[in-house]
Amino acid sequence: MSGNLLEVSDLHTRYGRVEALSGVSLSVPQGHIVSVIGANGAGKTTLMNSVMGLLPSQGTVLYGGEPMHNVPLEARVARGMCLVPERRDLFASMSVQDNLTLGAYSRRRESWKADLDDVYRRFPRLLERRTQLAGTLSGGEQQMLAIGRALMGKPKLLLLDEPSLGLAPLIVRDILLMVKHLRDDGLTVLLVEQNARASLAISDEAYVLETGAVKMSGPAAELIRNPELTASYLGG
Amino acid sequence: MQIFDPSIFPVLFADGLTNGAVYALLALALVLVFSVTRVIFIPIGEFVVFGTLTLAALQSGKVPGTLGLLLVLLGVAAIMQAFGQFRAGQSSRGLTTLVGGAVIGAVLWFAIGALAPMKLPLLLQSLITLLLVAPLGPLIYRVVYQPLQNATVLVLLIASVALHMVLSGLALVFFGPEGSRTPPFLSGDLKLGQVTVSQQSLLVILASAMLMMGLFFFFERTMIGKALRATAVNRVGARLVGISPTASGTLTFLLAALIGGVSGMLIGPSVAMGYDSGFLIGLKGFIGAIIGGLVSFPLAAGGAVLVGLIESFASFSLSAWKEVIVFTLILPVLLWRSLITKHIPEDEE
Ligand SMILES: Nc1ncnc2c1ncn2[C@@H]1O[C@H](COP(=O)(O)OP(=O)(O)OP(=O)(O)O)[C@@H](O)[C@H]1O
Ligand SMILES: [Mg+2]
Repeated sequence: MSGNLLEVSDLHTRYGRVEALSGVSLSVPQGHIVSVIGANGAGKTTLMNSVMGLLPSQGTVLYGGEPMHNVPLEARVARGMCLVPERRDLFASMSVQDNLTLGAYSRRRESWKADLDDVYRRFPRLLERRTQLAGTLSGGEQQMLAIGRALMGKPKLLLLDEPSLGLAPLIVRDILLMVKHLRDDGLTVLLVEQNARASLAISDEAYVLETGAVKMSGPAAELIRNPELTASYLGG
Repeated sequence: MQIFDPSIFPVLFADGLTNGAVYALLALALVLVFSVTRVIFIPIGEFVVFGTLTLAALQSGKVPGTLGLLLVLLGVAAIMQAFGQFRAGQSSRGLTTLVGGAVIGAVLWFAIGALAPMKLPLLLQSLITLLLVAPLGPLIYRVVYQPLQNATVLVLLIASVALHMVLSGLALVFFGPEGSRTPPFLSGDLKLGQVTVSQQSLLVILASAMLMMGLFFFFERTMIGKALRATAVNRVGARLVGISPTASGTLTFLLAALIGGVSGMLIGPSVAMGYDSGFLIGLKGFIGAIIGGLVSFPLAAGGAVLVGLIESFASFSLSAWKEVIVFTLILPVLLWRSLITKHIPEDEE
């Protein structure tokens, strides 16, 4: 493999007559954090859901060099693509621990006990609350659980859709730091964020999405100094 | 007319509890099917009928009509499955599906044809009955509901009504117009103080309770059971951890058909069952399920037992009004539910 774990080219997604993505191309190198930033309604969630296979789309998605066109969502999960969706989609009426064990559903024939310990080590808060119902957790805890559940699937590529949504700045920092640690441990991450400055700080590359198309892209360290971007996304 | 004669109460109570236990099983199946697939499974009653009539046919040494029904469904399902596989360019898989379906069909045809006239012991006949009735669930899911996976609750309901009519029509074709009863698994009575209860009644209550406990264990302790619950709680979340809605639906319908078939064998000795009896029986389970708001298992089971009790007392004191009383019950229940539940938008995900 040439080093790109994920390659998206000319992706089109429509809701009825409205085209939400019009020809998006991006690549995610193995072991990097790539972030996608953009305003509300730019199509970030649509992009993540299309890549994951939750939404039907036109264009090519290559994962590990293989076209995903005919691969259903469940099979993508089994191959190590895990999405933490914007709405988290936890199993609200089930316990924290059940949520996590279900995260390992696609590989239930392997042992995942060690991974459960690993998730609890990364998120000690979840260990304290392992018998609590997921729906009764605080927003920050729910986000940790959503990430933990995805990690239980032993992902090769982690897709994170706005992990900071609705969270206090301090928790956002914790979570983004956690994402960085995951990258350091070898995980590849595609990250969608409103919080452009914080996400650029931990990313290797970034793409700026505007009304369904890529407006700018490049190494995160360059984009963060780009005056045009600074004006519109980094608050001056 | 003597309406209240307290000395008969224990007998009515035992009767009500026996039928109520079976309605409770049906209510659980309905809640399960609805919460996992959003299907209001009106044809559950047909599975009860199939259970009773299949066992009755085996009792008299005849090949049960269920076999024909099963083979027809197997054929349709295999063709649909293979068609999908051919279209996706997987022609060797499609061929395997067709050949596999034909082989399974042929094996069933010969095996049941040979076993049916042998008048095997009742327990073996019950197993054969389940072997014939249970697969109808997944096959019906494949043929009717899987293609409608993304349809609204209303469309699924319409499909259920249609399916109910088709199945009771097919039951007439395959089983004929006469009804039958099955023999009790246990004969004889048990004296509990002043009250005499038939051993069969106790068996029904015990078997229902055990089946419910088994289901409880399955949903609380096993990964697959939890996966079904997860699908019910959050469909998107379930897909994102790799639980396929099709697999969940198939398993759910297998469980529902199994529960329906067992219920049919349990209730068979106390009800004269005809090809068209399913609707009323299913409806009684349905009232229980409604009491549980189609989501709560314990409430649904409790409600269904209540239906059984009311039916039993009503049939004694006001027998002409029995069904009216039972079904009128649904009105106050609906009113009560609409008062206590918050309105949940249909497509929550
Ligand atoms: N189910 C849908 N039906 C119709 N239009 C939709 C649907 N979902 C999203 N859209 C539209 O597609 C566009 C992109 O939406 P998307 O959710 O991808 O934006 P986003 O970048 O994730 O925004 P946010 O930052 O607010 O999460 C928006 O204009 C939105 O209104
Ligand atoms: Mg979004």
